[in-house]
Amino acid sequence: MTVSVEPTDPTTTERALRPHAEDAFADELTALAAQDDRPRPARWKLSPWAVATYLLGGTLPDGTVITPKYVGPRRIVEVAVTTLATDRALLLLGVPGTAKTWVSEHLAAAVSGDSTLLVQGTAGTPEEAIRYGWNYAQLLAHGPSRDALVPSPVMRAMAEGMTARVEELTRIPADVQDTLITILSEKTLPIPELGQEVQAVRGFNLIATANDRDRGVNDLSSALRRRFNTVVLPLPESADAEVDIVARRVDQLGRSLDLPAVPDGIAEIRRVVTVFRELRDGITADGRTKLKSPSGTLSTAEAISVVTNGLALAAHFGDGVLRAGDVAAGILGAVVRDPAADRVIWQEYLETVVRERDGWKDFYRACREVSA
Amino acid sequence: MTDSAWARTGPLLLGVRHHGPGSARAVRAALDAARPKAVLIEGPPEADALIPLAADPEMRPPVALLAHAVDEPGRSAFWPLADFSPEWVAVRWALEHDVPARFIDLPATHTLAWESVEATAAAPGTDGDEAGAEGTADGADGTGEADGDRRAADAEPDAERQLRVDPLAALAEAAGYDDPERWWEDVVEHRSGSAERDVFAPFAAVEEAMGALRETYGGGGRDRDPVREAHMRLRLRAAQREFGDAVAVVCGAWHVPALRARSTVAADRELLKGLPKVKTDMTWVPWTNRRLARASGYGAGIDSPGWYGHLFRAPDRPVERWLTKVAMLLREEDRIVSSAHVIEAVRLAETLAVMRGRPLPGLGETTDAVRAVLCEGSDVPLALVHDRLVVGDVLGEVPESAPAVPLQRDLAREQRRLRLKPEALERELELDLRKDIDAGRSRLLHRLRLLGVGWGEPVQSRGSTGTFRETWRLCWEPELSVRVAEAGVWGTTVDGAATARAEADAVRVTALADVTALAEHCLLAGLPEALPVVMRVLADRAALDTDVGHLAQALPALVRSLRYGDVRSTDTGALAEVAAGLAERVFVGLPPACAALDADAAEEMRGHVDAVHTAVGLLDETGRGGTATGTGAGTATGKGTVAGSGTGTGTGTENGSGSGDRGLRRRWRAVLRTLSGRDTVPGVLRGRAVRILLDEGELGAEEAARLMGLVLSPGTPPADAAAWIEGFVGGSGGGGMLLVHDERLLGLVDAWLTGVPVEAFTDVLPLLRRTFSAYEPGVRRTLGELVRRGPGERPLGAGQTAAVPGFGAETDTGRADAVLPVLRLLLGLDGTDEKNPDNGLVGAGT
Repeated sequence: MTVSVEPTDPTTTERALRPHAEDAFADELTALAAQDDRPRPARWKLSPWAVATYLLGGTLPDGTVITPKYVGPRRIVEVAVTTLATDRALLLLGVPGTAKTWVSEHLAAAVSGDSTLLVQGTAGTPEEAIRYGWNYAQLLAHGPSRDALVPSPVMRAMAEGMTARVEELTRIPADVQDTLITILSEKTLPIPELGQEVQAVRGFNLIATANDRDRGVNDLSSALRRRFNTVVLPLPESADAEVDIVARRVDQLGRSLDLPAVPDGIAEIRRVVTVFRELRDGITADGRTKLKSPSGTLSTAEAISVVTNGLALAAHFGDGVLRAGDVAAGILGAVVRDPAADRVIWQEYLETVVRERDGWKDFYRACREVSA
Repeated sequence: MTDSAWARTGPLLLGVRHHGPGSARAVRAALDAARPKAVLIEGPPEADALIPLAADPEMRPPVALLAHAVDEPGRSAFWPLADFSPEWVAVRWALEHDVPARFIDLPATHTLAWESVEATAAAPGTDGDEAGAEGTADGADGTGEADGDRRAADAEPDAERQLRVDPLAALAEAAGYDDPERWWEDVVEHRSGSAERDVFAPFAAVEEAMGALRETYGGGGRDRDPVREAHMRLRLRAAQREFGDAVAVVCGAWHVPALRARSTVAADRELLKGLPKVKTDMTWVPWTNRRLARASGYGAGIDSPGWYGHLFRAPDRPVERWLTKVAMLLREEDRIVSSAHVIEAVRLAETLAVMRGRPLPGLGETTDAVRAVLCEGSDVPLALVHDRLVVGDVLGEVPESAPAVPLQRDLAREQRRLRLKPEALERELELDLRKDIDAGRSRLLHRLRLLGVGWGEPVQSRGSTGTFRETWRLCWEPELSVRVAEAGVWGTTVDGAATARAEADAVRVTALADVTALAEHCLLAGLPEALPVVMRVLADRAALDTDVGHLAQALPALVRSLRYGDVRSTDTGALAEVAAGLAERVFVGLPPACAALDADAAEEMRGHVDAVHTAVGLLDETGRGGTATGTGAGTATGKGTVAGSGTGTGTGTENGSGSGDRGLRRRWRAVLRTLSGRDTVPGVLRGRAVRILLDEGELGAEEAARLMGLVLSPGTPPADAAAWIEGFVGGSGGGGMLLVHDERLLGLVDAWLTGVPVEAFTDVLPLLRRTFSAYEPGVRRTLGELVRRGPGERPLGAGQTAAVPGFGAETDTGRADAVLPVLRLLLGLDGTDEKNPDNGLVGAGT
């Protein structure tokens, strides 16, 4: 079988907008591998302990500092790594913006040293993307043979004992999803046209990510679901962490969209994040009052877009300062997805929580204005 | 062991971790191997007489030894025992082998007395005993339910613990563990008996470690340990004199080195001299797994009694058996869990344990595995697993022959104090709540009702309807004694038990209205301590309830409670806050909930609207204290609330003190306006809303007539118009009088009715009949006469026949005015606005 992997040209890596994890953190991976004396599963570049350290960060005995790639509960990383070590497939679930793809890329980079065996799931993902396709010129000229076969990333990972990744698994049509069942349970990929098969080499595994708000889109069949261990990546634990994420991302976006600079709107960002968190969690920040949660996700990603919109409004039409009025409409749009139920929830929130809160008068008024 | 072996080793000291299943197994193995002639156990010696009850077939752990001061049942201490507690295992072993068992800790008579001496100091047992993990029993003891003690003792342990050296934490830290519990589990609990060849080895190792610790840290800041240990040593010596050296001691690991230490009898006696004493009584009480769990307050210091019980009972393969149990539970709840799932979960748990460097998967690993494999990453089924298996729903049982619970004694004392004798003969009791003794009686009866002891049933008071009166029907049935005994689970005093019960009920009940009823009950029973929990639950339920109907139902009871609270001078601040929040939610949710209703639902909703209206009026008043009146007319239209408006002593001026509540009323009117103007809202509700606004003086008569004309114009379907009329003037609430007094409205109805097409007439007839048949006969007759004469024609002159024979044709306004000053005085309207005297009168007249 001819599997041609282009040798990575160093100059391309440097010019790349975003280098792969294994290239960006090559130093750390090398240092970890050098000092890793624990047993490694077959074809793993690192031991499970070292993989966990790579993701969670730490200091090696020789003083090398490993930066944390994932900031969150240790338990999650441990379960994820252990799952891969028990040759079960790993399903990372979470709402948008919870670093699913990020974690899956780094896991693949640390375990197999290659995070590029990737299938992007879309509504149009064909079976060929998961199994194999044909090079039709070859096929017509020479008839069916392994040379005419175009392997998918999954097939290559099986042949080489690497980690394959499937992004947005639940967006893939159900019949295409189910081609994974044989791969995951029998660890083999039959090629009936040639009367052959590709058997997975030890070390092969698969990491899938899915958005759990999209569960209904193409829900996994229970047969497939059974092949996965599921790890749910949570939203940021503290308000401060989330404010930090939003502020940083808004800053980046603002620069790339060439928005005029707006003075520090951190107070307003904090307010947006507070509203999102409270409605999402169904409880006020002080933990004293329960709330109903609206039907929208209210993810961090949405908070970012609300603030970015607000900034644009403030810069182009306002007085250049991010104010309550600039974000109110955006928040309303993010919260009220179902016009009947969500509106009641939003008004209840305004009347019972926002109205009473010190220093939120302007926000309350702005929201009342847009809600009316 | 042979006698000579005993002589060589001395008494067998088995240091355990309280409630540790591994320790329990090890204790059993060690006792089986050593066969001592007597077993000494850490615990209050007063309970020695109760030990034989442990063998009673009706005794089922978890149970607790309860010690309480005879004269003050609120001062009490618990020693909970589960079947996996080493102490329980030791007791059972002794009973099975016919060997005497004795408790050797300091007598409860001293520990209970200590508390009264130093009410603010640490509760004796909170010193946490030894192996740190415990906090048992004694943990609870300080927290006796006597009012004040509880808070003091609850707040304490945290601060206290930090001051003291936690011996386990030090050991665990040395071993590289961040969590001392896990360290103990790994090192001691997870060694199953079979793997261990020498059954005594673990005890020797633990003793050595504790010895080293005590050398480093000394007493560890545990002031009372020397005294307790002195007592244990004395008891041990006494046992040695009686049984020779063949004696086994089961106690917290921390105490072992102290028991081993050489000290003179005289020195020990010296330590025990002059300890305070209090007369105490002991008994067994049933316990539950939930109470063993730390979260529930009376904690024995263990998070996972269910898991420990499993570890103790499972003969082998604890992880596989546990995960199978979890799978069975999930299947019962209709989740699809196959054996393949269980296999994968076991593999994951074991690999995780290796990854985390533990000898066997613990609860943490199995929980992670259950979440990732069996629950598909979701925490919802996991919560079920935690509640049903990890904690577990086990309820202990105690044989009937166990001594009486202190609750009985407390009840007897209360009965004496309030001069309220239990009599089998049924009788009625009138209480005037303004008197202290009657208020006390009422509280007692309400508390007993909460506890399921139905001694008194409240009955409708005859004559007076004042809120300061209560009538009870009393009857003491013999089986009520059994009820009292059962209620002993909840606490040692009537007050404490009722509080605990109310808190537990609040968490258990699901319907919002039930929680409000409970809040009302708490106020009646004078249980301010339970209120915060009930309010918390109430606020949560209200926030999550999406059915406006439920909210509207809950509101009146809550507002009623507020007013009772006033009469009984309880602090109702929290209640008022919750009630206001509830009202806000109703306001927001009502308009959407009123759209697209069928006739029955609309009728039900109308009831809710009325109830909320009355409640808002009351809330307004209660909130504003004495500044009521002025707009009292609105309240007075509500059913039977005349007394309510009378309580406002009113200066009649708004003095802004209750601006929030004023706002409440204003917003309520805004909601009603919305309702009245929305076409999707059923006619009956729109009519009702307009009527309320009219009564409130919010709508002028002109405006009401306009709205009515709008509805009764030909464009509206007749059925809808009829419903509107029903809402507007229907019911016995004086709608008829409105028509009698405002002939314009009557004229509108009349004109509309004559214009209804024939085919539609039969449709609206039943509704109209219902509306008008509810009026009093007098009103009906007057209306009939007005209609016969032709409405709107009266002003034509004195030539017409007088409406009522014997009266002048026209009103003599001069004479009528003479009554106004008196009316004003009665209604407390002095100095108020005179804009709407009409409305005031209409309101009051209804």
